[in-house]
Amino acid sequence: MIEKYRAPLAFLVMALLLAIVGFGQSWSVALGIINLCIISAIMALGVNLQWGYAGLFNAGVMGFTALGGLTAVLISHQPIYEAWSGAGSGILLSGFILISAGFGIYFVHKKIEKIILKRTLIIFIIGITLIGLNIFYGPSVSIIESINPAKTGFLGGLGLPIIVSWLVAAFVAGFVAWIIGKITLGLRSDYLAIATLGISEIVIAILKHEDWLSRGVRNVTGLDRPVPYEIELQKTTWFIDLIASINTSKLQAAQILSDRQDILNKLVIDGSSIFVKLCYAGLFILVLLIIYFLSHLALQSPWGRMLRAIRDNEDAASAMGKNIVAKHLQVFVIGSAIIGIAGAMLTTLDGQFTPGSYQPLRFTFIIWVMVIVGGSGNNLGSIFGGFFIWFMWIEAEPLSIAFISLLTNGLDYNSPLRMHLIASAPHLRLFIMGSILLLALRFMPRGVIPEKVSKE
Amino acid sequence: MENFDILNALILLANFVIVPAISYGSQLAIAALGITIVYAVLRFSNFAHGDLMSFGTMTAILFTWLFQNLGITGGVLPTALIALPFAIIVTALLCLLIDKSVYRFYRKQKSHAVVFMIVSVGVMFILNATVRFIIGPNDRTFFDGEKFLIRALDFKASTGLEEGLTIKSTQLITVIVAIITMLLLFYFLQKTKMGKAMRAYSNNEDLALLSGINPDRVVMITWIIVGALGTIAGVLYGLDKSFKPFTYFQLLLPMFAAAIVGGIGNPIGAVVGGYIIAFSEIMLTYAYKKFFIYLLPEHLEPSGLMQFLSTDYKFAISFIILVIVLIIRPTGVFRGKTI
Repeated sequence: MIEKYRAPLAFLVMALLLAIVGFGQSWSVALGIINLCIISAIMALGVNLQWGYAGLFNAGVMGFTALGGLTAVLISHQPIYEAWSGAGSGILLSGFILISAGFGIYFVHKKIEKIILKRTLIIFIIGITLIGLNIFYGPSVSIIESINPAKTGFLGGLGLPIIVSWLVAAFVAGFVAWIIGKITLGLRSDYLAIATLGISEIVIAILKHEDWLSRGVRNVTGLDRPVPYEIELQKTTWFIDLIASINTSKLQAAQILSDRQDILNKLVIDGSSIFVKLCYAGLFILVLLIIYFLSHLALQSPWGRMLRAIRDNEDAASAMGKNIVAKHLQVFVIGSAIIGIAGAMLTTLDGQFTPGSYQPLRFTFIIWVMVIVGGSGNNLGSIFGGFFIWFMWIEAEPLSIAFISLLTNGLDYNSPLRMHLIASAPHLRLFIMGSILLLALRFMPRGVIPEKVSKE
Repeated sequence: MENFDILNALILLANFVIVPAISYGSQLAIAALGITIVYAVLRFSNFAHGDLMSFGTMTAILFTWLFQNLGITGGVLPTALIALPFAIIVTALLCLLIDKSVYRFYRKQKSHAVVFMIVSVGVMFILNATVRFIIGPNDRTFFDGEKFLIRALDFKASTGLEEGLTIKSTQLITVIVAIITMLLLFYFLQKTKMGKAMRAYSNNEDLALLSGINPDRVVMITWIIVGALGTIAGVLYGLDKSFKPFTYFQLLLPMFAAAIVGGIGNPIGAVVGGYIIAFSEIMLTYAYKKFFIYLLPEHLEPSGLMQFLSTDYKFAISFIILVIVLIIRPTGVFRGKTI
């Protein structure tokens, strides 16, 4: 009986928590949290696909998120024509060299039988590639980075609407996942974890240091937005009229005309910020729903059933003639593509791309906590986990500061111990996350909304 | 003159590649030993090992401060060496506590290795938070005592060479402590009854149980060893560079790479893997321009830096080696999974 109401109850509690923030702090804050909750929920859906359906441990969520973010920049930023005309050909040529080297090594690895010949050829290809890159790549990079370094200093993007990048990000992240999967999926399960951990660190290192591509730690700001700007909203008549008509009673309460104007101005400014966030929320919810329904269909389909069969008993599935490695590769690529979409959305929401802000605890392991707590193998569970854990992540800081303040109440106001504890309180956020994860694993291993075991 | 050029080139290489790589390799080797032993005996990849190291180092730093306040110092040696045994005890106790409160439950349930891995992520969070809470997330140096064994200037003066050789005392300490640790560990594993029991347990759990080996004792000893190895590796790394909680998390990748390259579960493999990773990391990110200037005749002198990869990508190197090994020989250099 209770099982049936678990999901609605969980979401009701979540809505209540958000409403408390809305009434207690402000609706703008609450909407800000909700937007990030939705993005987290999408990431959790991606991880759930990999872990919940297929039992794959992807420790590189951060890398795929960052790839999505990079895609957002490369699609939406205006192209820097100067940089392209100066050194674009050099960069394209280097890219071509790298890709052909990749194909060359793959070909040699597959087709040539003799070990010695094979290894010599591979070393030869690597040598040629290094020389080629030295000739074309280095000089092009310095040309690009010298063009107006304070403002651009990189190649820019394609100048397309940023929404396009959400789709493209799926392909970029999926492609990288395919390469990793090809290498590690045939091996023992923990190797995938280590390899993905590695690739995510490398992606971040590249984004931080290849300034021609992503401006590195100087960040790309002022990205295109799919929704109107607050400043412009505040000047448009229909928006001001809308705010005025919503707040007629408040406005009528003001006696003097100038007061009324002041109140209206303030309401319009607040309203514009909320309106923009609502627009984002609408877009994000649309994406979330699409991905949710697709994942839901996938889970119900024979394909999903097969994945669960593989997860629960690899040997039996293999004996039934299922190609386990190939299926794992499929699901790994699709899951990573979903994470890539979420990454692009995150960068869109921020309006800027900051490679320095990608931290493994925040972007990889928190997502894992979401999936585990929400209920691995259940898409609704992952969405709930995304909402709940993100909410806790945000609210953990004020909560721990309040907790420490209460705890140190008896101490002298200026005692060094109290100062240290108050200053360190924000770090308790990680402690709370770890405890939630361990407690969930121990006492609720199937999560808040457990996977449905169908009785067929 | 020609001969001096070759000598100069060699000293240059020793100063910037060989000496740093040996000390970094020793640190990685000890760290990878911790990972490999958890893998061999408890059968999971311990993601919390980096943060365990950082916890051990933090304890050592706290003891160092205590001793310094009490007026006890190591003289020419760093005080941290005196603090090390105390830190090991605290960290080993913490390991036992974690095992009792967290891991034991899953061992009794015979959970899958991936579940253990996720549990270790939870432990990682908690250890990370504890360290940051107690000592803060910032860089700390806790080295005292004599800093250099050989100074570049003295070396130049006494040999008359153009290139100087610097050996920091921490580098020598690292190597000596690492050798002692490895010898003790291998003696323990090969010669003592408990070590043999551990190897038997790692090889075949059921058979070991049948021969009357007490599994709880094996697990307990394993955690004590892992705590000790983690603390030693962490303190050596911290003495040599500096202590920053986040760096220890980032060491996870080279550590795992070392363990896997050598053959995960195999202690000798972990040691060899540690040196392989350290040498390739430093050799591939070193700029060889000056080296070739010494060696080659003038008209052949290189124009670029002669660097394979910029130092920003040193993590990429451990990853690339890992991938190469996984493709060519997935079991590692020494066949893994027994001790």
